[in-house]
Amino acid sequence: MSDSIVWIVLFPLFGAVACALGGAMSKKICYPVSVLSMLATVWVSVDTLFQAIESPVHEVSYILGGWSLDLFPRGVGIEFRADLLGALIALVVTGVGLIVALYSKVPVQRETPGKEPMYYGLFLLQISGLAGIALTGDAFNLYVLIEVAALTGYGLIALGTNRAAAATFNYIILGTIGASFYLLGVGYLYLKTGTLNMVGIREVIEAHGLFDSPAMQVAFVLVLLGILIKMAFFPFHAWLPNAYCHAPTTTSCLLAPLVTKVMIYVMIRMVLTVFGVEFSFESTWWTEFLPWLVVVAIVCAAVMALAQREIKRMLAYLIVAEVGYMVGGVWIYNYYGLIGSVFHIISDACMTLCLFLGAGIILEKCKTTHFNGLRGLFAKMPLTMIGFFIGGFSIIGLPPTCGFFSKWYLITGGMVSERWEYMITLMFSTMVMVVLFFRLIERIHLAVDESGNNLGKGHGDLGLTKQQTRFDEAPLSMLIPLLLAASVVLLVGVYNQEVVNQIEVFLQPFNLPTGVKYE
Amino acid sequence: MKKAAFILVLCIGLLLAWAAKDFPSWGDPQSPASSSPVASHFIANTGVDTEVPNMVTAVLADYRGFDTMFETVVVFIAGLAVFSILRGGPKNRTRDREFVVDFEPDLIVTNTVRLIVPVIQIFALYVLAHGHVSPGGGFQGGVAMGASFILIALSWDLKTALARFPIERCFTVAALGIVIYAGIGLLSLFLGGEFLDYAHLAKIFPVSPEMARYHAMLGVEIGVGFTVTAIMFALYASLSTDGRMRDGL
Amino acid sequence: MFEDGSIFNQLLVERLNYFIYVVLLLIGLWAMIAKNNLIKKLIGMSIFQTAIILFYVSIGVKEGATIPIYLPEHDPHGSHAQLDSNQTELLSHGAKVLEASAVPNYTNPLPHVLMLTAIVVGVATLGLALSVCLRIYRGYGTVEEDELLEKLEREDSRKSGGSNKRRPRRRTPANKGGPAGQSKRGQTTEKTKSDKPTPRRRQASKSRTKTNGPAKEQAKSSNRENDKPKPVKRRRPARKPKEDKS
Repeated sequence: MSDSIVWIVLFPLFGAVACALGGAMSKKICYPVSVLSMLATVWVSVDTLFQAIESPVHEVSYILGGWSLDLFPRGVGIEFRADLLGALIALVVTGVGLIVALYSKVPVQRETPGKEPMYYGLFLLQISGLAGIALTGDAFNLYVLIEVAALTGYGLIALGTNRAAAATFNYIILGTIGASFYLLGVGYLYLKTGTLNMVGIREVIEAHGLFDSPAMQVAFVLVLLGILIKMAFFPFHAWLPNAYCHAPTTTSCLLAPLVTKVMIYVMIRMVLTVFGVEFSFESTWWTEFLPWLVVVAIVCAAVMALAQREIKRMLAYLIVAEVGYMVGGVWIYNYYGLIGSVFHIISDACMTLCLFLGAGIILEKCKTTHFNGLRGLFAKMPLTMIGFFIGGFSIIGLPPTCGFFSKWYLITGGMVSERWEYMITLMFSTMVMVVLFFRLIERIHLAVDESGNNLGKGHGDLGLTKQQTRFDEAPLSMLIPLLLAASVVLLVGVYNQEVVNQIEVFLQPFNLPTGVKYE
Repeated sequence: MKKAAFILVLCIGLLLAWAAKDFPSWGDPQSPASSSPVASHFIANTGVDTEVPNMVTAVLADYRGFDTMFETVVVFIAGLAVFSILRGGPKNRTRDREFVVDFEPDLIVTNTVRLIVPVIQIFALYVLAHGHVSPGGGFQGGVAMGASFILIALSWDLKTALARFPIERCFTVAALGIVIYAGIGLLSLFLGGEFLDYAHLAKIFPVSPEMARYHAMLGVEIGVGFTVTAIMFALYASLSTDGRMRDGL
Repeated sequence: MFEDGSIFNQLLVERLNYFIYVVLLLIGLWAMIAKNNLIKKLIGMSIFQTAIILFYVSIGVKEGATIPIYLPEHDPHGSHAQLDSNQTELLSHGAKVLEASAVPNYTNPLPHVLMLTAIVVGVATLGLALSVCLRIYRGYGTVEEDELLEKLEREDSRKSGGSNKRRPRRRTPANKGGPAGQSKRGQTTEKTKSDKPTPRRRQASKSRTKTNGPAKEQAKSSNRENDKPKPVKRRRPARKPKEDKS
């Protein structure tokens, strides 16, 4: 249908209202209502993606309120513009939302009993906000949707234990600083260009030649700074490990794959569509040095991940490192780097989802995610471990998982643009991640404890009782979404060329350099 | 730590001040924002498109109505989140004792409030309905209406206010407000237009498309007013009692 | 030095609004980062958002223009002062597009609309942040960031350090957890001497922790269990209602 783009945002909204209204009567209907609305949302986002692929200009444009562009100036109404990038990200958001909604039945009941209507209401509104961020074409509407996603995020995390509430406060302060800097940047943009529509802003910049104006440069800095704070780019990442580690299970499964990736999408949108390639890369002298900051970010995050003894905290620092990859992929100013960055958004969402789902199952069954408590899990929950480690291998970058292909494009971009620092850092961090995951495999599978004492009595004996290694798989409602996520990781890897074709079609008009740019 | 923060803040300030030399002067009628085609369209054509004299309400509820819908959703999120974060208050009996404020509601205060609250509520409804012609609208009227319930809670106690507006009904009313807003938009969608394109409502109501926008704007503002009223009161009830909805303050 | 054309005139007179908002913004930002009390951080957040709102509204100002509501002569439902042909009713002119000369009479309505949205978003964020503060106070008994960080560190190390970290604390009750406990004790006494309001609050929180002994709620209980063996003499203050402490 022609207006499926607006239904992507509306289905979760109505689902959330239904949960909040109906949950007062019966708490049991919240789970089916949210799964149904997520199914409907995935359906319309697939429909929008195909519309965008088949349309002659490769985008779907929808002006809310009916203020069509032939009769009214651009910017009078709010535009929803789903080009290929936006449609892909919206599909990723809704797909992840569906999988986590399926997964959420057992953890929500166990961790936040009695609060299901409000939890699912906030959950669905978060999906609505994130999908809207991926689709909107208006800079101020983007701010409102960022705040919708942020506020629901704060609520979802603080619903948990007191420790989670303490972690949320830091998140609130930093998140508000980030969003307010973005708003200030949009204010500067409005001051100089007079319009809020993203395409309209670029048209005014090019028509009036505002490339060297100090106000526009500062607007760019403010917008970028705000978005970097929100995506937990080093050194603004302080909120992320605590917030995602102590959050309720379903919340971390929802927020970790999505929020930071959608912010990277916002950065790409600002750089390519709003400010334009010429402004962002050529008129700003300091962006040439951003890859060095990225190097520091990735190294610090990888080293801090090595120091962790708890799965969820380790995964949180891995997210910071992955954000570094994607930011670096954009700022090396290269065609392949940008393909890698966009493809990495998609693949990182899938593999982080896989890992966090697995960590949630481990927490549910073993009551701890500390490395000490993980022995014998391969015997206890083989399917869960297979799913978890498919995600792990994807982060390392083993074919045929999707992580391999995205890293391939990123390293190609680094090599072709002769950004050796970025390329070497990517390889170094890949080694660190190999250590991380194989250490985890060792801890789970071998019979040694932390200080190296041998606990078993020979080959294959883990030093555990038969009761501890009894087959005790996760409940089906948690296991099937994990296996779905793992199969998506493999499928996106195997069919990566289809996805990359669409990304290349999207990047075509921007004429990015394919070789060395900064002589 | 404080010195480092001071230096960082000063650097940001210098950056912002450096940008200021490029800005248009304060009040310049030829600044890009004031002379842009979008602003000129709003000023010149609001009367023709929507027949609403207040341009701000027209832009808020009609031209940029989608933003306002999400703003209402933000208010709803705040109410939901605050209620659920603070729910399940401290189970400790001794701390409860510190919350009890045992005095009788004061005679002068309660009788004055008894006279004032109906006036406040009618004024709030007036602000909501008159938002088309004077400064006002859904948010402003909703806040005043919510404030009237808070006034009842302050002058008697929270139990009296909750007896009039129970917390479950707060969330039902708030959700109803969003349903009204999105419902009007959906009705326009089903009648063949875009989402929130109120002109298509003229197909089922016997008014011209411009007057359809006028009336739909009022409907939308009513939805906003419901949500804001309910959530203002719910926020007060949750925050002032640390989630227990009992006496106190 | 403030004559027209000079740099000071350009910066401080013609563009005064931008400087005012920058100063307010910096005050709010500094408070959010540097202040110790969580509530003061939230006040800083409020100031920060207000500064941005002032900036936007000042964008829309037009010299000599009135508010963006149609004057009676342009009002689509307004009526002329002339009577109609029957001399009974005033003529109404209906809605028409404003001519270009009348447009500069009205201020730009768009920044006002954007800021209505931003104000509401700011209120929602403030409400959420305050509820999180209440939850922190309920769980940890403090809204000072340094005390909170210490309590969180103790809780995290107790949870993840396992058995070997907990025992020294129990064995030497007067020395809570070795060097960490010592420094905290030193800090405590420093604070009670220098800062007047804190002794009352700290003692009240300690008395509250004493009475809440048997409660087994999340981390609070474990913190209080560690507090119990300390042979520190505490004065029992008069039980004050919560509203006195602000």
